[in-house]
Amino acid sequence: MMWDLSAIALDTARMRGATYADVRMMHLRQRDLTTKNGQVGTLAQSESLGIGIRVLANGAWGFSSTDRLTREGVMTCAAQAVSIAKASAQAKLSDVVMAHEDAYIDSWQSPFRKDPFEIPLETQLDLLLAADAAMRVVKGVTLTETGMQFRKIDSWFASSIGSRIHQRKVITGCGIAATSFQGDEIQKRSYPNSFGGQHSLQGYELVEALELLNHAPQIAEEAAALHSAPQCPEKKGTVILGSSQLGLQIHESVGHPIELDRVLGQEANFAGTSFLTLDKLNNLRYASDIVNMVADARLDHGPGLGTFAYDDEGVPAQCTDIIKDGQFRGYLSNRETAHLVGLLRSSGTMRTESWNRLPIIRMTNISLLPGTWAFDDLIADTDDAILMETNRSWSIDDRRYQFQFSTEIGWEIKNGKKGRMLKNPSYSGITTEFWNSCDAICKLDHWTLWGTPNCGKGQPMQTMGTGHGASPSRFRNVRIGTAFSNQ
Amino acid sequence: MSPKRKSRGHSTPHDGAADGRLLSGRELRRVIDTVLQIAKSTDAEETEVHLDETCDALTRFANNAIHQNVAEHGLTVSVRTVAEGRTARATTNRVDEDSLRAAIEASLSLAQSQPKDRRLLPLPGRQRYRSINRFVKRTAALAPEERARAVRRACDLAIKNGQVAAGIFSSGQSQIAMGNSRGLFAAYRQTRAEFSVTMQEDPAASWAKANSADIRDVDSQELAVRASKKAHLATNAQEIAPGRYTVILEPAAVLDLVGFLFYDFAATALEDKRSCLNDRMGTHLFGKNITITDDAYHALQLGAPFDGEGIPRQRVALVDRGVPKNLVYARSSAKRAGKNPTGHGFALPNEYGEAPMNLVFSGGETALEEMIASTDRGLLVTRLWYIREVDPYEKVMTGMTRDGLFLVENGRVVSAVRNFRFNQSLIEMLRNVEQLGTAVRATGEESFEMVVPAMKVHNFHFSEVTKF
Repeated sequence: MMWDLSAIALDTARMRGATYADVRMMHLRQRDLTTKNGQVGTLAQSESLGIGIRVLANGAWGFSSTDRLTREGVMTCAAQAVSIAKASAQAKLSDVVMAHEDAYIDSWQSPFRKDPFEIPLETQLDLLLAADAAMRVVKGVTLTETGMQFRKIDSWFASSIGSRIHQRKVITGCGIAATSFQGDEIQKRSYPNSFGGQHSLQGYELVEALELLNHAPQIAEEAAALHSAPQCPEKKGTVILGSSQLGLQIHESVGHPIELDRVLGQEANFAGTSFLTLDKLNNLRYASDIVNMVADARLDHGPGLGTFAYDDEGVPAQCTDIIKDGQFRGYLSNRETAHLVGLLRSSGTMRTESWNRLPIIRMTNISLLPGTWAFDDLIADTDDAILMETNRSWSIDDRRYQFQFSTEIGWEIKNGKKGRMLKNPSYSGITTEFWNSCDAICKLDHWTLWGTPNCGKGQPMQTMGTGHGASPSRFRNVRIGTAFSNQ
Repeated sequence: MSPKRKSRGHSTPHDGAADGRLLSGRELRRVIDTVLQIAKSTDAEETEVHLDETCDALTRFANNAIHQNVAEHGLTVSVRTVAEGRTARATTNRVDEDSLRAAIEASLSLAQSQPKDRRLLPLPGRQRYRSINRFVKRTAALAPEERARAVRRACDLAIKNGQVAAGIFSSGQSQIAMGNSRGLFAAYRQTRAEFSVTMQEDPAASWAKANSADIRDVDSQELAVRASKKAHLATNAQEIAPGRYTVILEPAAVLDLVGFLFYDFAATALEDKRSCLNDRMGTHLFGKNITITDDAYHALQLGAPFDGEGIPRQRVALVDRGVPKNLVYARSSAKRAGKNPTGHGFALPNEYGEAPMNLVFSGGETALEEMIASTDRGLLVTRLWYIREVDPYEKVMTGMTRDGLFLVENGRVVSAVRNFRFNQSLIEMLRNVEQLGTAVRATGEESFEMVVPAMKVHNFHFSEVTKF
């Protein structure tokens, strides 16, 4: 049925005057389980099936989507897409030109060992309730939360150049959190990360590997202990960022600025633009020379939220150098924008949230490649620093220069040893100054491909999952404690 | 779990929307009744059905041309069943009988997997709702060609002024309906039009945005002219030192900040001890000039007159002259607190409880120009960006200014200045409000729409400056 309806959509678009068309039919299934304070919170599942049709007509784009999966419904939708494209042409400056891409006929499924939808719900809830209970017994904890999220996404892509690609992705997310309210302070600890924990292109094996029950007591104790910890000082100094916090730092200060649609002003009204104007390609020292970053959507990179076989424009997954030995080397592009940066081909980063959303340029897995340090050696090598772990708040300006992050917990590093706990850690800076201050990156043993499940972009807003590989790293001469400064 | 039954082959009312219009009231009823009827043959003791339907279109422009132009139609049916003190929800966008039956059975299967919830309440019975008319045919009928013409005019203005325009023009219609096995039925439909424009005069930019149920309230060209003038004023921005400043916050800036307070008024948030109002209800927390009401019936608001359980929304006085007085309650949190539900609950099951969604600030009478004229030294703030919570109890928020920050000296706007990062407690801010403008329907990007005034606030804390 899927390919039949896609063919109807492509034929209708062509007959109505489209010079190019692509069709995404998607079936999205999701299950959400949460607990709070020992009670089941959300217990829900959903499915959504529909078709999105994108066309070029009169040199301009049109897109329409529908959940009416009948011959008539799809034909109406395709005709509407062409009609919208012709309306777009009323306000165009030039015709859209697309980079060449071959046609592909393929089917791909993300690997997983245990289908989370086949694991008994009782097993899943029992684990969450046990982790919840393990946190609640800790004195001072006032709120406990746990959650699992599972998604299974089938997409059928067809285009007028002859591609027909089926992809199935299975995504799992899981995490726990303990909160403590005391006096005039709310403190929180999350495991293995904030944003609902870790999220990746895996099955239920991710949940099992997290060993929630082993970590629940520790984060609960830390949440309660933070109240009596000293405040993170305000100063300029050295920070060591844990890998999940560094993952978000990469997301905000590298991943977004390299999106070519932002650079070209296409997001100026909403998500913002970028300081990485086209003249900076191959001409900017983005970071210190030990910093190497890639945009890698291939499975070889790991089971990230930005891993796939083909993007939503039918372009195969690729690995692109973003920062090589500290130099800025590449953008995220699509078939429409590739030629603007001298590329003959898209870098394969067009992604869509659902059948009812237009694919837009998105991060894939934007990762900092591992360095050479063992974590213990890095600590031993550091005289005076603050180790910051697990994001608590994040903010950056609309051109991605100035940022501020705070984390749930900090640790004083003195004379090569990890010392006392610090509360309310935060740091801030200017993107390129910060990345140029990086002088140590931990090796592969400490490297994790984190999933950021909540990246918002586009109008209508789309939420997308992105991947960020990182290992703990050290940065010098950083502004520390600014979020709680009160000058 | 009940045995599966064969479909009786009824046609669905879904095809009735094939021309882009929403389902009729009769068709809505039919979908809901179909679900309730099927559920009778299962193990469900009680059943609740939500139906959401949207028909939206959005024209997006950048670099003085349309670059994205989209339309969508979507319909979801969400079923919550209750059996033996357990409940769960399943949602589908397929409305044939087999799919509806599958959703019911999925909901039951989920529900049966969990421990019994002794606090689970029976579904509510029939309710009476105030009628609200927020459906404007002219908005619903807006065509892509009309949106394209308005965009063309805004882009032509930008070209004429040596600027670059970016933005959106969207319009649409939506409806929600719900019913349950105790006879409750509620339905609401509305239209919505929105125009947002950013005018860039390199390296500066400014912005204006409006939305309404009625397209006639959204003057796209007036917004484009306003953004264009401010973008020109925003050029040649000077860098000044961060610190504490008197600020004049335009309504969009106020909205995006105070929007982060809304969940603190949820009774469940206080129970969970994650609200900044814990231990502070009834105290003089804000200035005496701050009064906040949640009012779904306000003429400048949008949204349904009922909550996720079908309880009628009530007008709730949240803050009275600086004193937090009341919270909002779902049925369950109301029962635990010995209060009446206020009609602010989210669809069950959920862990968040409820929230006020239609905040209305009482304004003042000071025009923005008077605020500027009465300021010796301060900053005029067009808009804020990327606001996040730093300290949940003191309600310290961080974020950036964006799209037009101007220095005011001796009662006049004297220059543009580079954008600042702020780290500011909302509680402190609402103690430091010196002047208030007329409350208007404001729209931004960080919070849902509210009715808020412009505010002049002293001692607003900017911690760092950026590069533009």
